[in-house]
Amino acid sequence: MISELPRYLFNFIFFTIIQLLVLNNIQLNGFVNPYLYVIFILTLPFDIPGWLLLVLGFTLGMVIDVFSDTPGMHASATVLMCFLRPYVLRIIAPRDDYQLGTLPTMNYYGASWFLRYAIILVFAHHLFLFFVEVFSVTHFFSTFLRVITSTFFTIILILIAQLFSKGKKQGR
Amino acid sequence: MRNFIRFIIKHHFAILFFIIEMVSLLLVVNYNAYQRSSFLSSSNALTGGIFKRFNAGTEYLMLREINDDLARENAYLRSRMPESFRASRDYFNLVYDSLSQQEYIYRSARVINNSTNRRFNYLTLNKGRAHGIEPEMGVISNKGGVGIVKNVSENYSTVISIINTRLKISAKLKDSGFFGSLEWDGDAYEYVYLHDIPRHANVNIGDLVVTSGYSSIFPEGIVLGNVEHVDLEKGASFYNIKVKLSVDFKKLAFVEVIGHSIREEQITLEKATEHD
Repeated sequence: MISELPRYLFNFIFFTIIQLLVLNNIQLNGFVNPYLYVIFILTLPFDIPGWLLLVLGFTLGMVIDVFSDTPGMHASATVLMCFLRPYVLRIIAPRDDYQLGTLPTMNYYGASWFLRYAIILVFAHHLFLFFVEVFSVTHFFSTFLRVITSTFFTIILILIAQLFSKGKKQGR
Repeated sequence: MRNFIRFIIKHHFAILFFIIEMVSLLLVVNYNAYQRSSFLSSSNALTGGIFKRFNAGTEYLMLREINDDLARENAYLRSRMPESFRASRDYFNLVYDSLSQQEYIYRSARVINNSTNRRFNYLTLNKGRAHGIEPEMGVISNKGGVGIVKNVSENYSTVISIINTRLKISAKLKDSGFFGSLEWDGDAYEYVYLHDIPRHANVNIGDLVVTSGYSSIFPEGIVLGNVEHVDLEKGASFYNIKVKLSVDFKKLAFVEVIGHSIREEQITLEKATEHD
């Protein structure tokens, strides 16, 4: 776990920079804002203690917030996502449970498992984020459409990022 | 007591989540008070410095367009020089002394951070209090109005842009003089809406929309955009006017900040009248 520390530190900084300097400038009709930084939370180890998960989520969200002038929005959405993560992992566990020394990534558990895992959490994150941002239900459908399209693009970016990640390939 | 501690230990995950989530939501709700302190906003030195460095890179890619704009503005200013007017001795003219009567002061600044994809869009400028910029000053580019300065630190300032659903600007139709408030609906960044134009006004597509000058933030007559679409619902007493902004917020690079030298006087006077 300790030996993985530099890698996660790198992930944290790398995805934060990509998010702030590249992805925050992407826009298609105001409907698509991919938030790739959540991949950091997705790929944390299975046995991470709950309190650390929440604190990391808050820190990551706060860093994004500070740089995009949206105090609390990303932090609250990311913390919610961290809270849901253990439950989602339990619900979609494979039949023979998670193996020791593996990570919740595509390389270990295959594309279909990872896709289910990522879609549930990213959707929860985006839903919360966009509704907190609007802070009303008057634009419900346009906001909901933004959630769906942005989730779609975030998932695509996460899948692309996963293709470049290291780890044992398993034929499942 | 022991049971209570056991309860906390058992549910520490949910309790910790609840506490952190409350803190985050508190930050969201207190957004405005929070902004005022400007401690964590991008006008503080660290984030401002990083954006400045990044901007140095992207600015290079826009040089061609910036050059075009500057050349055009140079040509315009040259045409306003005394030399480009024909001297005439046939009539006398009233001369305003421009030194003692200057009402608005312009300071140029560079946009070092900008967003168009959120509902609350802000810009960051590379000048701050040290350069004479203060909150509530108007910001324009050579194409038209941009926004209003919100927070100022020593060397940076943040600007609440027209495409921010929290900003309303007093605007009028240049031809007919009817005024209303200009507001963004949070959708496409090229369009805003002009409200409160009464139904007896004559509005045509293509009409120029300019600042009214009532708010003392902008001088009168700064171009904001053109009427793109006019719509009058049955029984409504006000028009629904869609305005295409003259400024392309995706291409902002250089702006000018407008200082109003006798604004204090106007505001004090208006306040005194309000209390009567």
